Amino acid sequence: MKHYEVEILDAKTREKLCFLDKVEPHATIAEIKNLFTKTQGKSLKDEDVLQKLPVGTTATLYFRDLGAQISWVTVFLTEYAGPLFIYLLFYFRVPFIYGHKYDFTSSRHTVVHLACICHSFHYIKRLLETLFVHRFSHGTMPLRNIFKNCTYYWGFAAWMAYYINHPLYTPPTYGAQQVKLALAIFVICQLGNFSIHMALRDLRPAGSKTRKIPYPTKNPFTWLFLLVSCPNYTYEVGSWIGFAIMTQCLPVALFSLVGFTQMTIWAKGKHRSYLKEFRDYPPLRMPIIPFLL
Amino acid sequence: MGRLTEAAAAGGGASAARSAGPPPAPLPLSSTSPGCTATMASSEEDGANGGASEAGEEREAPGKRRRLGLLATVWLTFYNIAMTAGWLVLAIAMVRFYMEKGTHKGLYKSIQKTLKFFQTFALLEIVHCLIGIVPTSVIVAGVQVSSRIFMVWLITHSIKPIQNEESVVLFLVAWTVTEITRYSFYTFSLLDHLPYFIKWARYNFFIILYPVGVAGELLTIYAALPYVKKTGMFSIRLPNKYNVSFDYYYFLLITMASYIPLFPQLYFHMLRQRRKVLHGEVIVEKDD
Repeated sequence: MKHYEVEILDAKTREKLCFLDKVEPHATIAEIKNLFTKTQGKSLKDEDVLQKLPVGTTATLYFRDLGAQISWVTVFLTEYAGPLFIYLLFYFRVPFIYGHKYDFTSSRHTVVHLACICHSFHYIKRLLETLFVHRFSHGTMPLRNIFKNCTYYWGFAAWMAYYINHPLYTPPTYGAQQVKLALAIFVICQLGNFSIHMALRDLRPAGSKTRKIPYPTKNPFTWLFLLVSCPNYTYEVGSWIGFAIMTQCLPVALFSLVGFTQMTIWAKGKHRSYLKEFRDYPPLRMPIIPFLL
Repeated sequence: MGRLTEAAAAGGGASAARSAGPPPAPLPLSSTSPGCTATMASSEEDGANGGASEAGEEREAPGKRRRLGLLATVWLTFYNIAMTAGWLVLAIAMVRFYMEKGTHKGLYKSIQKTLKFFQTFALLEIVHCLIGIVPTSVIVAGVQVSSRIFMVWLITHSIKPIQNEESVVLFLVAWTVTEITRYSFYTFSLLDHLPYFIKWARYNFFIILYPVGVAGELLTIYAALPYVKKTGMFSIRLPNKYNVSFDYYYFLLITMASYIPLFPQLYFHMLRQRRKVLHGEVIVEKDD
């Protein structure tokens, strides 16, 4: 079968826009349009093979400078180490934060000590996951992200920690009952979040960047995959809601809300790319909240 | 570290035409650039709030009209005419008051209802962006309108002692002239008959009006500080059930400080837009 060579020129400038040298004779114009748009400025991946690209015998590749980059691991470690350390400054009532008579004093409320343990555990878990669990698709992100992200995490950590560890802190209205319930929510969601991270890790062999549809495993926490694309975010929001109820602190609730907004945006994006990449993607799944969002 | 993008191949080495840089932008793009967030109450928005029909405001290819439904066009035209009229009424009322009374004292009180009505009505502009009948980003529009709402409701309405300050008249004049120019610009754009002098006004008045408006706003907030501190208004102290605190006095200080990074960004953005629209300069924005 004889293949056609198709040259596409700009109608106005007559500039050569595209040269397709292996077009089937029975290809429709729609298919040619498709081939053409595919060759327009799409980012190539490191793994792409030259021969497999829809170019002719001479390929021209364009280099685009992404600007200063920094590794994901570095960003994660920095942005998580901050809150861990900063919260403890407030917990131990280091001088110059509260009045001098409170320096190095300790809160008389149990919930304040519990909150410190939960908050610290959360960030230690994140640090360890960054080092030993996560398998990143991209090696780097733009440098300015580290400033943006650290401002967010460190800023909110300081703001929350200030109130929770304040000498004038007011414990939850419903007392121990409220704290116990909130703690249960927090622990369950932390376990859930960790389970999802492990399940996602197991989807992808070491050093690879393959993408597969995640499915529930034997671990009950992963059964949330039946209903959402990104249960790790669902559990994360749950953890912070638990923490907010535990501390009954409005800044924590605000932090949860902002985090939820951002994670919803990410979840929707991930959900969309799953749908685009996999024809057989389970239709029942929502991005982040079962049945709703 | 870069990323390689594919380009069309050329048999025989003829140049593959597409450049991999930002698409050519011979005419101004509407301003949704990140530098455009502003709390400047006196700032003009760049995306045509009324729906731009001239290439100058478009994000698409030059000359291509934004495809607005008939209902959207009718509504936006009505909206922009109404706002132009409202601010004109405000301007006339201010002039008449000054001519009759010879002083600015009591001027705010006499026009406050009209001001609050029309400035609050402008919240609709956020909705216009949300539903897409206006090309501006929701965040930009949101910030612009919010800063006006802040000045009107959280400063001049709530802090009565400063209502007779001269600085209030300063920003009121700046706002009035700006809004009349801006809304009539949008109106004429929608009706497809934009007189050059309106375009000229829109892209030149701001050079004076921006700094004047900002000065008026900052001086007004500054004048309000002692009253805010004394009364502790809009503030929450510890201890309380929700373990939060808010000090309106410090909030105002931070707001004033935020003018420092934000005003120059906005101002220079408008200057760049002006060069593009009035002088047809091609300015390639930095690629993110």
